[in-house]
Amino acid sequence: MEFFRIKRDIPFMSYGKLTTAISLLTFILAVFFLVYKGLNFGVEFTGGTVMELRYSRPADLNQIRATVDALKYGESQVQALGTTRDVMVRLPNLKHKTSAQLSNEVLHTLKQARPDVELRKVEFIGPSVGEELVQHGLIALTLVCVGIIVYLAIRFEWRFAVSAVIANMHDVIIILGCFALFEWEFSLTVLAGILAVLGYSVNESVVVFDRIRENFRKPGMRGKSVPAIIDNAITATMSRTMITHGSTEAMVLSMLLFGGPALHGFAMALTIGIVFGIYSSVLVASPLLLMFGVTRENMLKPVRVKEEAVV
Amino acid sequence: MNRYPLWKYLLIAASLLAALLYTLPNLFGESPAVQVSGANAATKVDEAARERAIGALKGAGLRPDGVFAEANSLKLRFKDTETQLKAKDAIQGALGENYIVALNLLPQTPAWLAAIGGKPMFLGLDLRGGVHFLLEVDMKAALDKQLEKVAGDIRRELRDQKVRYGRVVRERDSVSVQLRDQATLTATVRAIGRVLPDMALQQIAREGDYRVVVRFKPEAQVKLKNDAVAQNITTLHNRVNELGVAEPVIQQQGEGRIVVQLPGVQDTAKAKDILGRTATLEVRMADDDQARIQAAFNGDVPAGYELVPMAGVRSGMPPAVLLKKEVELTGDNITKAEPTYDQNNNPIISMGLDATGASIFRTLTRENIGKSMAIVLVEKGKGQVITAPRINAELGGSFVIEGGGMTVQEANDISLLVRAGSLAAPMNIIEERTIGPSLGRENIEKGFYSTLYGFIAIAIFMVLYYRLFGVVSTVALGANLLFLLALLSAIGITLTLPGIAAIALTLGMAIDSNVLINERVREELRNGMSPQMSIQNGYSHAFATILDSNITTLIAGIALLVFGSGAVRGFAVVHCLGILTSMYSAVFVSRGIVNLIYGYRRRLSTLSIGQVWVPQQQKQA
Repeated sequence: MEFFRIKRDIPFMSYGKLTTAISLLTFILAVFFLVYKGLNFGVEFTGGTVMELRYSRPADLNQIRATVDALKYGESQVQALGTTRDVMVRLPNLKHKTSAQLSNEVLHTLKQARPDVELRKVEFIGPSVGEELVQHGLIALTLVCVGIIVYLAIRFEWRFAVSAVIANMHDVIIILGCFALFEWEFSLTVLAGILAVLGYSVNESVVVFDRIRENFRKPGMRGKSVPAIIDNAITATMSRTMITHGSTEAMVLSMLLFGGPALHGFAMALTIGIVFGIYSSVLVASPLLLMFGVTRENMLKPVRVKEEAVV
Repeated sequence: MNRYPLWKYLLIAASLLAALLYTLPNLFGESPAVQVSGANAATKVDEAARERAIGALKGAGLRPDGVFAEANSLKLRFKDTETQLKAKDAIQGALGENYIVALNLLPQTPAWLAAIGGKPMFLGLDLRGGVHFLLEVDMKAALDKQLEKVAGDIRRELRDQKVRYGRVVRERDSVSVQLRDQATLTATVRAIGRVLPDMALQQIAREGDYRVVVRFKPEAQVKLKNDAVAQNITTLHNRVNELGVAEPVIQQQGEGRIVVQLPGVQDTAKAKDILGRTATLEVRMADDDQARIQAAFNGDVPAGYELVPMAGVRSGMPPAVLLKKEVELTGDNITKAEPTYDQNNNPIISMGLDATGASIFRTLTRENIGKSMAIVLVEKGKGQVITAPRINAELGGSFVIEGGGMTVQEANDISLLVRAGSLAAPMNIIEERTIGPSLGRENIEKGFYSTLYGFIAIAIFMVLYYRLFGVVSTVALGANLLFLLALLSAIGITLTLPGIAAIALTLGMAIDSNVLINERVREELRNGMSPQMSIQNGYSHAFATILDSNITTLIAGIALLVFGSGAVRGFAVVHCLGILTSMYSAVFVSRGIVNLIYGYRRRLSTLSIGQVWVPQQQKQA
């Protein structure tokens, strides 16, 4: 079996303007949704009150949801907790109410609808914990970028490093934009997923960069222009790119479908991340490389002539 | 050309065998068990206690599947939970309140596997269940304790400055110093202001009532509270770690609350005991007045004093010592506690103090030569005097505790407890939760099946697309999974749900290396290389790419490991390990298999790597 029968190098670089325009557009859209709608942060970040309820008979989640929503506390969540009788209710922190007041009110209202409800636990997560998480997340993000830039700058050249990181950020912003647009909950596992995409996506860029570097050094490529060299590199790795992404995507989709609610956010972040990872490594990182003016001379380290021993 | 020297094949075989062995313990599962340990440092689970426990089981007609005696605990494995519960009651009845008898789970790893260090993976709270506590730090008590210390500091300073003072009394949130006149008042304010800059001073100067009231400044109070929480977290960490609970979660939550998660612990009572078993040392002055001691034993304890029992009463020693309530020095200032021996080969504990502690201790011992000082071990709010020596000379930053016939084990325990640190303030459990094992099992199952289905999908595709090379890739991927599981088990890393996600993702990404190799080999064939040359060049060209791309991924992974917490960290650990194992298995193991298959064929005309399509123009050329 052979999927990719590419006769000639595909002129990716000549589409540069178009692809740049597309990624710029998606990027701006993502930023727009992030600013306009914001992320639907999970309780780990925002803090909040989590109540665990137990019913003596199986509970009706929809009815509970409707009751809690009717109290208009904002973004509240109702979900089953392992069994049909255990229910978890998440409430956001409200400025003018303490978590104890909040949980009492909810319990009171729920009791009116179903007297067999029993409060098992009230948990309050303060906003300071969330602040710390955000801080750590940002430090991790910065450190990842710096680490990648330094490594790529050493192994390749600064232009490669900067292009890869910009392409990477592009992916991350777009995933965040999707989470903002669809109002999916942004939890700690989603953060883990996004940070994983960062590693994954740079992996992609590096594979293409590696080919570009190799092409620059190949004697057969000497007469070719820089865009032609990049086109050739992308074309040559095309088959591998598609197969690898297909495999990873198969794994992640399997997680999305069979992993249950606990893995859902993580798998979702990765599913989107992988799709944009292919796109950005081919159509964002490489044109950027061209824009920064990479030349053959950048990549050809001066050949050190071995000094022969004077006998 | 494509032949490995024999040692390389042996290395591959050995590593695969090792991986298989260390993954094996995960298949045996866990069985219910009962764990017996001492309720405090003084109670040991010794031979006699073991025999009593086992005797009690025999009496109840119960037979344990396995008995594991460890240094200070006894673990008994049972067939089912029913026997386990009965056994717990029987043992508790026989041993009494001095022992903790807790329910637990023990891995069913066979002895020969356990002997080579094989153990199943630790599963996180989300996978195996466990207990979860929310503790609230008692801030009032923290403040009280600090004020008690402040009172001591003031007395010492005023004595040093030769300022005559009356009573120094700790009131609700302040310390009040009674003085004689305006002159001593001014001197006192100056002295306190110099040594205790964190305190707010209020001067009261009325005819016949000269006082200084000392309080913590508001900002100092905030700092005090934060420090108390931070110190309690550190102490809990030490405590739980010393007791060997696998990767506990101990974190601050909100202001003054601490979350403790102990995965795998089924019994909340035992867990509570782990948290409560925190000890601190206190150095306090003893009263040598025989008349007063006698009165105290008769029930008339003077104000400001208390009777503290001796630890491990021995013949010829009083059962208790009359001590001043005022604490001169606490465990906070202790930097070192090590069991050693004195010149007569009696066990002693060698203690070290920090600068503040040393200065306090020097003053204390200088001024009290000839008097008795007591070293008190405070455990669960109750004090026990370890030793009450007479002070013979001025002592500095280090000293030894000789416990009048203290055993080696006692010396070890006391130093361990002291090293584990002291709580800055007592804590109350305001929430406790047990996460049932059934929810955990469901999470494992879902994680397992999603990984399995993904793996099968990838395997089918690889075999269809790359034929024999696809089979090799799949075997390498399977080996990778095996290595990863073996590492996780052997190193003892806690697997959480995000960790399972990382296994799945790592497998998805690991196939990349194989695809890179296979594509390169195909490319070499397309360019007209001989099959043997194609294998050689394919692997070597692909290696540079694999190295670069994996190292960049690894950089990202390590950053997550360092700065992530909770779910992110659980993911990062497995991810990083997975990258390492995938490099080994994709490059080394798969090459080994390919070499075995193709390396020894003389005349090799084709490789089974699927169709290699050559463009028309290249063929003609």
